[in-house]
Amino acid sequence: MTRDPDHLLPSRSPVQLIDEQGVAVSGDRPDFPSPAALLDAYAALVVGRRFNEQAYALVRQGRLAVYPSSHGQEACQVAAAQVLAPDDWLFPTYRDAVAIVTRGVDPVDTLTLFRGDWHTGYDARAHRVAPQTTPLATQLLHAVGVGHAARLRGEPTVVMALCGDGATSEGDFAEALNFAAVFRAPVVFLVQNNQYAISVPLSKQSAAPSLAHKGVGHGVVSERVDGNDVAALLAVLTGAVARARAGEGPQLIEAHTYRVAAHTNADDPGRYRVAAEVDEWIPRDPLTRTAAYLRGTGVLDDARQAGFDAEAERVAAALRAETTPTTDPGQLFAQVFASPTPQLREQAALVRDELSREVDA
Amino acid sequence: MEKITLAGALNRALRDAMRADESVVVFGEDVGPLGGVFRVTDGLTAEFGESRCFDTPLAESGIVGMAIGMAMNGFRPVVEMQFDAFAFPAFEQIVSHVAKMRNRTLGAVTLPLVIRIPYGGGIGGVEHHCDSSEAYYAHTPGLQVFTPSTAADAYGLLRSALTGTDPVVFLEPKKLYWTKEERDPSVAVPPPGRAVVRRPGTDATLIAYGPAVPVALDAASVAASEGRSLEVVDLRTIVPFDDETVCASVARTGRAVVVAEAPGFASVASEIAARVSERCFSSLSAPVRRVTGFDVPFPPPAYESLYLPGVDRILDAVDDLQWELV
Repeated sequence: MTRDPDHLLPSRSPVQLIDEQGVAVSGDRPDFPSPAALLDAYAALVVGRRFNEQAYALVRQGRLAVYPSSHGQEACQVAAAQVLAPDDWLFPTYRDAVAIVTRGVDPVDTLTLFRGDWHTGYDARAHRVAPQTTPLATQLLHAVGVGHAARLRGEPTVVMALCGDGATSEGDFAEALNFAAVFRAPVVFLVQNNQYAISVPLSKQSAAPSLAHKGVGHGVVSERVDGNDVAALLAVLTGAVARARAGEGPQLIEAHTYRVAAHTNADDPGRYRVAAEVDEWIPRDPLTRTAAYLRGTGVLDDARQAGFDAEAERVAAALRAETTPTTDPGQLFAQVFASPTPQLREQAALVRDELSREVDA
Repeated sequence: MEKITLAGALNRALRDAMRADESVVVFGEDVGPLGGVFRVTDGLTAEFGESRCFDTPLAESGIVGMAIGMAMNGFRPVVEMQFDAFAFPAFEQIVSHVAKMRNRTLGAVTLPLVIRIPYGGGIGGVEHHCDSSEAYYAHTPGLQVFTPSTAADAYGLLRSALTGTDPVVFLEPKKLYWTKEERDPSVAVPPPGRAVVRRPGTDATLIAYGPAVPVALDAASVAASEGRSLEVVDLRTIVPFDDETVCASVARTGRAVVVAEAPGFASVASEIAARVSERCFSSLSAPVRRVTGFDVPFPPPAYESLYLPGVDRILDAVDDLQWELV
């Protein structure tokens, strides 16, 4: 039995609610976010931008090993976290630190991976934020498992699973969509299409009509949205989360955005894209258009802006204040297993012995 | 006393674990109404329903990836990879996530899951159905690797795997699935991490695991008829590895041959030989020998008997252990 697939298809063009000048273009939509929701989002955007800038600066100072910035993509980051309920789960990639901070994880703990003193620095279970994942698309399957587990127990949990445009070429992306659809898992897949997988542009990544169309073949309801329009993201993602929570199965959202910064500090974008292309995206910036809309509607004034800026500076100062923590040699062997094997105990003793002789000498 | 096969013991272990712990779920390819291609999951869907034993889409990375998520969220998944070589699409999930989750989160997230993999040759299977892949898993820190050679261990080790909080790659010697043995299901076996002496002997130690254990026992029987007393040690679990039992045996006998089906180069057998050489050097009367599969892709059925370590090849290696110097 085949079913008419039209209900799965994304819109003809990305959903936009506020245009680049900060003007509401679909103000009559019933899902247009409230002024309060947009103000919350804007506050998080200001913090997120400052977080990105500060982390990038810390790399240049040699105080972070690396930082893949989401500069330009902050609207996706903020909306992905803000549409979730406390018991929902977030599955981030390495570029989604701002989403993690927006979810409520301590900013300093969020940067543990990139500071290099451990892999995951926050309590993933307590925050319901999975470890940041670097092997592309692998975490999408974990999201399906978490969602399926919740559904088996009858819990209303929804899982927000993030990935980028490059990850949609991975086999695990297809397997995750397929498994989620077959098991009707309550997962919202948000693809942040920032146009580049390190240096490879989308045109070399996929011949699909859009990345959202990749959901259709798996039977997943799909939509695309202006990824620099936080109002559109909040509206579309809120709807997707609600449908997933209601038992309507997984949802795929493609957000069109742009990676304004380099892939990481180690990258040289000059080798694969021209500056003029970046310049085209600056007027589409998610912060300026949200601020323009909120000022135009009288929701944002100088005093509120100053409050948001102060909070952003507080976060930046906390990141700057974090000195490189000392390492604990015993931690090298910690938590490989619930209890160390005899071989690991021998190796830990070897390191302890080496260190004790260094002290003696 | 009742007789039970190794496959039947695994089936009973799954059934008993699912009765005892409702967080145990079983899924994979054809594990539902069919009961798995080796029937290890026979009857589980009928008894426990589709929510606890279910078929998945045909994608091994998807199966293991979903198991990771379910383990993160309160379940204890047991997934079946249909054959050894069909587990390779899941390799990234196993190595990058299953093995590392506890460590990278410093224990905040543990993955109590079991990945069952029928492995090894000896069944006349065509290519991609007879691989011995234990070295890949044993080489990966964070994975426990169990491989029973008896029905009693099949039951006991699988139940153990379903009580701990660490992930287990559970390698099932498929050529032993239908071997019947008398066992009392209530008899406890040693815990994971303990090797056992399957046959005591005084002249040399054969160290084996999984499908090689019965071959080593056969070799010891033949050797006995020729006047040579061989001890056979069954590792039972490759990780954790029991240096103590292995070294105690070699210290008693002074000679060691490691027997394994997998190709010998960079193998578990090589690791065992190196460990014995390092730790028991003063007890050894001869270099440690390895009798393993050859360093070729697993051969077609007609060549299988040439490839697999057999009694004669083991006894030839034993003959080479410098007896003339005694």
